[in-house]
Amino acid sequence: MSDINTRESAPKWKFPYQIKIENRVENPPKWLSPVLSIAAVIVALIIGAFVIWAGGGDPWGVYTHIAKYSFGSVGVLSDTMVKAIPLMLVGLACSIAFRMKLWNIGAEGQFFLGAFGASMVVLLPVLPVDAPKWQFIIVTAMFGMFFGALWGFIPGFLKAKYKVNEIISTLMLNYIAIEWNNYFIYGVWSDRGFQMSPMFQRNAWLPRLSDLAKQWPVFGGLTTHLGLVFAVVAAVILWFVLNKSRWGYEIRLIGDNPRAAEYAGISIKKNIVLVMIVSGALAGLAGMSEIMGVVHRLQGAISPGYGYTGIIIAWLAKLNPLAVILASVLFGALILAGREVQPTGIPTLIQGVIMVALIASDYFFRNRVRIIRQVED
Amino acid sequence: MVNEKKGVELVVEMRSITKRFPGVLANDKVDFDLRKGEVHALLGENGAGKSTLMNILAGLYRAESGTMRVHGKPVDFASPREAIESGIGMVHQHFMLVPSQSVTENILLGLDEPRFRMRLSEYNHQIADLAEKYGLHVDPQAKIWQLSVGEQQRVEILKSLYRGADVLIMDEPTAVLAPAEINELFNTLRSMTEQGKSIVFISHKLHEVMEISDRVTVLQKGRVTSSGLNTSDVSRADLANLMVGRKVIFRVEKKEVEPGDVVLDVQNLEAFNDKGIQALNGVSLDVREGEIVGLAGVAGNGQNELAEALAGLREVTKGKIVVNQKDVTNKPVKLGIRHGISLIPADRTAVGTAPNLSVTDNVIMKNYDREPIARGWQILSAEANKYATDLKEAYAIMVPTIDTSVRLLSGGNLQKVILAREISSEPKFMIAVQPTRGLDVGAIEGVQKLLLSQRETGAAILLISEELEELLTLSDRIYVIYEGEIMGEVIDGDIEKIGQMMTGTQQEDLEKQGAN
Repeated sequence: MSDINTRESAPKWKFPYQIKIENRVENPPKWLSPVLSIAAVIVALIIGAFVIWAGGGDPWGVYTHIAKYSFGSVGVLSDTMVKAIPLMLVGLACSIAFRMKLWNIGAEGQFFLGAFGASMVVLLPVLPVDAPKWQFIIVTAMFGMFFGALWGFIPGFLKAKYKVNEIISTLMLNYIAIEWNNYFIYGVWSDRGFQMSPMFQRNAWLPRLSDLAKQWPVFGGLTTHLGLVFAVVAAVILWFVLNKSRWGYEIRLIGDNPRAAEYAGISIKKNIVLVMIVSGALAGLAGMSEIMGVVHRLQGAISPGYGYTGIIIAWLAKLNPLAVILASVLFGALILAGREVQPTGIPTLIQGVIMVALIASDYFFRNRVRIIRQVED
Repeated sequence: MVNEKKGVELVVEMRSITKRFPGVLANDKVDFDLRKGEVHALLGENGAGKSTLMNILAGLYRAESGTMRVHGKPVDFASPREAIESGIGMVHQHFMLVPSQSVTENILLGLDEPRFRMRLSEYNHQIADLAEKYGLHVDPQAKIWQLSVGEQQRVEILKSLYRGADVLIMDEPTAVLAPAEINELFNTLRSMTEQGKSIVFISHKLHEVMEISDRVTVLQKGRVTSSGLNTSDVSRADLANLMVGRKVIFRVEKKEVEPGDVVLDVQNLEAFNDKGIQALNGVSLDVREGEIVGLAGVAGNGQNELAEALAGLREVTKGKIVVNQKDVTNKPVKLGIRHGISLIPADRTAVGTAPNLSVTDNVIMKNYDREPIARGWQILSAEANKYATDLKEAYAIMVPTIDTSVRLLSGGNLQKVILAREISSEPKFMIAVQPTRGLDVGAIEGVQKLLLSQRETGAAILLISEELEELLTLSDRIYVIYEGEIMGEVIDGDIEKIGQMMTGTQQEDLEKQGAN
């Protein structure tokens, strides 16, 4: 017995460190959340680089290209911002709903309805053709938000009243919204049979930086439009609402434990409807700003899936409205310069991997990884 | 307690087991042994290390040092599967069953046999026979969701027995059971030990330990304070001392308070339960200022429905609830809160708190929309934090910071958060549902003292509890509820009367019997 035992316990080289994973028994530190978001992006870029390399490309070249064509000059930076504006607004739309654990997957449809509502002002017309610009800005924004809100209200009401699963209903309403728009593009508002409405008159457009080129020549050719102001203001307001207001507290409480909220006397049904309305209105505003600021007509391909990208952005920003702005700029760059690299493929892959890495990073929220020295026996 | 020294077969021997968790020494050189055919109670407060020790024996955790022998053979389990192969089965507090599958399917889950074809009818018979043998009555074909909690527990026991366990670890098995089910469980445990099984009974309830166990080992903060005492040789007070390491005052001091005006007046209340079945059948009762009124009854006789109806959380179909002369029947919950109605819910985590939110967010739940915490549409975080800090100090809530999520708090501290919130709202009428369930002795005392101090300040308290002892200690009067009806009212604390009413005898009938 002793012989074998001693041989087995004879000094064997062991790796001096050991990785240990433990459940967190304290709150994770405050810095962890942004660090994990950044790490998710880095992981996605590394995986993307590997795929580019495996496909025979040059990862470094691709990434510097993306960086250059999205942040390299004032001109492309402006274009990046143009892409980021709708993303910011849909990201905010998703953030408020997700805070209450309302899975609004319908930002895409709400975006389309917002675009429809804004177009209506010009095409119906609601305002006379020669109405002043400021009237167009206000009225199109109101219409866009109203129709987006309506598209949010429907699933909200169905959930509050009949417990209809909002994931299914919002997703299905996306298809209805797109077909609804198509009906008007192909039929009612078709421009001489083309699948688009006529171009809107200039005074209906959202003002752009280039409009100021006469006074300040530096702004010449910059396409960034007033929607950016909408988005930033919306983000700041939403931050205050979610973090500093009574309503924000109610949303947080319902999101974490609806039964506790009910017990505290908070109406869940009312809040479901309200949150869906606000969420829809934000997505509708995104649609409005895209139509009035960029496309200037109602047509089919107005969204490369902004509504769905908003979901990823909301998670990347950890549902923090201010962080949504940053995340949107990053995604705006990916969409803009990514197209230079490859119309689809790598940029979409990176977006997807970011999402997966984000969800996976939750693990580090719940667990703590420690590297400890092996103890000598 | 046959032979003390020789001739007793040890099924399990654990020697100087040590297990560390971040920041705590859960088990510090713990010794434990289990004799064949005994019920060995493992007693200790919450967090004393009872479950940890048994999780090591069941292969869920690995000890950092120490040795284990099962049937004399040294073992070191790396997984629960290895433990079960050595005949050790554990029934956890939270059942691990698939609700949509039948009893038989749940028992067979994860086994090598049957292989592809299920041949359920054959196994149904086997399981029915096994159940018969130990008096574990449950229909093998029933789906889990159709079963009561007590029946589900039997399925868990059967699962272990079917896998050939001869050592059964029961982790606080009575916490989820109604009193009648507890008796049935104890009968089952006895019949199992008669047939040679050995049982570890983890609990912090002294009277249960006294009733069911042959021997008892007491843990306190990860250390054994007494090992393998014969239960018949010790008193409850001894055990309580060993558990908390100081004298427990079981009789909390109760001052004389002259009851004032009627605060709660309930008349002929009727309501349905969640399944749409009549749960309250014309309940009438009243509670006065400075009075704790107990509501006794076996679980599931309408107590929860009554508490919810009083707090405005459940629709009343008939009858009236009047609080301080104001009719609050079917009024919004918030209105009740404004009128000084406060509820300490039975379920601390599912109803009483929002687990991922901070202590601050949890204590402001009832007054987040009022001055000084709210100003207009805003919540003033400085005020909210100050409020939370004050409560943390006043109620000695043990928590690193007020930003800590309450899910990280122990049961006792969580209850303190709830009590702090409810009491600081200065309620005129408080409903306390099972306020001490699952708490350790020290925490129970604290909660009871808080309730009594509320009574002294003139609050009216309705105490709903299944612990008769607690009701007798705290209440000035006790109503007894049975199938949604009040059977009668006891002022002198006559246990026998309460017991008979709890099983459905009307007070008038009892008095008639007495007269004859």
